[in-house]
Amino acid sequence: MHKNFMFFLLLFVNFITAQENVTGTITDEHNLPVIGASVTWKDTTIGVTTDENGTFSLPYSKENHLLVISYVGYETQTLEIHEPKAVKINIKPSKTLGEVVVQTKRNSLQKSYVKTANVVTMSSKELLKAACCNLSESFETNPSIDVNFSDAISGSKQIKMLGLTSPYILIAEENIPSVRGASQAYGLSFTPGTWVESIQVTKGAGSVVNGYESISGQINTELIKPANDIPFFLNAYGSTDSRYELNTHFNKKISDKWSSSLFLHGNARVAKNDMNNDGFLDNPLGKQINVLNRWQYSDAEKGWVSFINLRYMRDEKQTGQVDFDPDRDKFTNNYWGSEINTDKVDLSTKIGYVFPDMPYQSIGFQNSFNYHKQESYFGFNQYNIQQNSFYSNLIFNSIISNTLNKFSTGLNFTSDDYNEYVFVGSGMDVSRRDNSIGAFFEYTYDNTDNFSLVAGARYDIHNRLGAFFTPRLHLRYNPWEKAVFRASAGRGKRSANIFAENQQLFATSRAFNILNTGGKIYGLDPEIAWNYGVSFMQGFSLFGRTAEVSVDFYRTDFENQAVVDLYASPQQVLFYNLDGKSYANSLQLEFNYEFFKHLNLRTAYKYYDIQTDYLSGAKERPLQAKHRVFANLAFETHIKEKGQQWKFDFTYNWMGAQRLPNTADNALLRDRLPDYSPSFSVMNAQITRTFSSTFEVYVGGENIGNYKQKKAILGAENPFGPSFDSSIIYAPVFGQMYYAGLRFKIK
Amino acid sequence: MKKIIVVLLVSLVGFVAQAQEKKNKNAKHDIAVKGNCEMCKKRIEKAAYGVPGVKSAIWTADSQSLHVIMNEEKATPLQLQESIAKAGHDAGEVKASADAYGKLHSCCQYER
Repeated sequence: MHKNFMFFLLLFVNFITAQENVTGTITDEHNLPVIGASVTWKDTTIGVTTDENGTFSLPYSKENHLLVISYVGYETQTLEIHEPKAVKINIKPSKTLGEVVVQTKRNSLQKSYVKTANVVTMSSKELLKAACCNLSESFETNPSIDVNFSDAISGSKQIKMLGLTSPYILIAEENIPSVRGASQAYGLSFTPGTWVESIQVTKGAGSVVNGYESISGQINTELIKPANDIPFFLNAYGSTDSRYELNTHFNKKISDKWSSSLFLHGNARVAKNDMNNDGFLDNPLGKQINVLNRWQYSDAEKGWVSFINLRYMRDEKQTGQVDFDPDRDKFTNNYWGSEINTDKVDLSTKIGYVFPDMPYQSIGFQNSFNYHKQESYFGFNQYNIQQNSFYSNLIFNSIISNTLNKFSTGLNFTSDDYNEYVFVGSGMDVSRRDNSIGAFFEYTYDNTDNFSLVAGARYDIHNRLGAFFTPRLHLRYNPWEKAVFRASAGRGKRSANIFAENQQLFATSRAFNILNTGGKIYGLDPEIAWNYGVSFMQGFSLFGRTAEVSVDFYRTDFENQAVVDLYASPQQVLFYNLDGKSYANSLQLEFNYEFFKHLNLRTAYKYYDIQTDYLSGAKERPLQAKHRVFANLAFETHIKEKGQQWKFDFTYNWMGAQRLPNTADNALLRDRLPDYSPSFSVMNAQITRTFSSTFEVYVGGENIGNYKQKKAILGAENPFGPSFDSSIIYAPVFGQMYYAGLRFKIK
Repeated sequence: MKKIIVVLLVSLVGFVAQAQEKKNKNAKHDIAVKGNCEMCKKRIEKAAYGVPGVKSAIWTADSQSLHVIMNEEKATPLQLQESIAKAGHDAGEVKASADAYGKLHSCCQYER
């Protein structure tokens, strides 16, 4: 309609005028002629540059009506021209050159000034900074998330947000909760990093759309979409701790609507490492096969999009004493050893429909079925869990009168069938089945300028948690330019899967004692917490370069918690309902600065005050540093015409003293640890050389300073004795580690 | 009998014709609106949302046009253009008054 109208208009104009050219003069802010400015018709190659008088003449044609004027250091202007005429154009200098650079380059870690929630988006480029290898290791360069050191038994890194461990974070894959229940301990290591397109990290109370479980935040991972994937990708990795990884991706566009990707991942650690000579492996031997086949259907015209994912994973780990041989020594006291074997099958589907004449209205329907089976033993202790889950979420998005007022509403259903067996001293079958059905409504107001609000609530009926409301609120206000103030509040409720979440405790000689019997989850009551947060971010210019400073404060207040008490005795772990107070305060100060083009600094200071009323009194949560300092320096060279580039990345982490569990009652002096760990720092670095847009290699080092925890395993001399404990890990166990890898693409 | 069928048919056709005349609740329009920058974008979209029945309004500097979805039962595209022009931006056939144009921030004073 608009085009036809324009065409007629142009036609008409053409009839009444004899002039054939658009002519004009371009002047700068001092009204002086600009020489050599480029004047072109938009999306064409028809263009000229201005002469010494700042004038130009360009043939007029009716197909084009947008004239683009650009000049280095000045804002590009676009003019609408409907007739051959003479124009006078005044161009303005760009505010600063630095700003232009930032606008053209996409930062790999993006904080938004306009999103309502405190969300950081990590692109796949950011993930490349931590070269290895799966989701649990992807957060090393992100100050909002603390990555703990892997313990010697599982070899997997745990993450924390606002000082709370991963069970309090809702971890989702394409908005379907993925790391939960049985997969809580190792789930993050079951997604290879190369599969990931981007990660969204939301601090504080999340959206109600994905469920009621999130307390300290949400992490959502988007995998590479088949429709945007490249035909072939290969990544190979090897490291001095003898870990090898291989990733291959294949992609095929089957028709203009169907496309499919096949991701194959394999990793293995083949050699035994014992750098600290305690007779125990520093990281487990292991292998993993992980296969994902993904289909995408999209029909943009009719508004349909659909995904089908099918995935299989098998992961095997073996660890313990160096001389442990599972075939010979399993369940004997010859040598202490452990094996953890996991099988996982996932099937998920997603269907989305956008109403063609109402692009703001859509329906989404997600379904996912997961089978997770872990069989494991730790010395004489055993832990087997099988979880069959079904998750279904139906979402309807639309507007109330206009797009300033949006809403999402829907229903979801979750069913988890746990088959769980625990053997610590004696065997215990703790199988259970959880079902829940819920409805949610979330309203978003955005004035398209400086204020937005997301208010959501959901009501769920759960066979163990009961019937309950979950309210969540997020606000955003931009008081002035480049500043954003945010606030959030919300409630979360969950069942603590105390065995799955605290699996590292099986590799100790501790007895497991649950002190309550009245509750519906292993005798315990559901965990309930409120989270409140405020944040402020200000962007500014410092010595002509972009800088950004932000501060945020969050508080999590537990109404009830499944307290894990390691203070009572070194020979016991107690689980009980919170009686009193438990809270987590977290303060983060962040300063980011671009020293010069392509050299970026990211720094953060974090303060945590996390306390729980234990039976023995109020104490800090163990293995949590009160003070942390983070710095990341990234430099990259200009990309040359064939794509050649160098990238350098350096990360520094300083960790203050951490409270340690009670070991004072151990009989032998050598098995006693001080109340607090020493403070220390860890440095990582990486260099990437891109040879072309299809081939690059990288080398790097982790823990370059070679800091090692002095005593990684208590009672290593007598692993079947009363003071054996491999779970008290506050620093790297393995010393410095170097790695190299390559990436190859066919586009 | 035949007459009855004819009458029924005619009334049915009439009904259908009437249904077609019913105004579109999700009418899409691309209206040429002049502007330069982010500030203009906010002003133009705000003006559009101020018109009853406007459900979605997106303006881009590149296309120099406003993409709207509106309920034509509540307002006409001409009313929409008038309201944008009142904010200072030439919209479709409606030109902004010199007064309204003069009030715009200097970065928004598009070429006219």
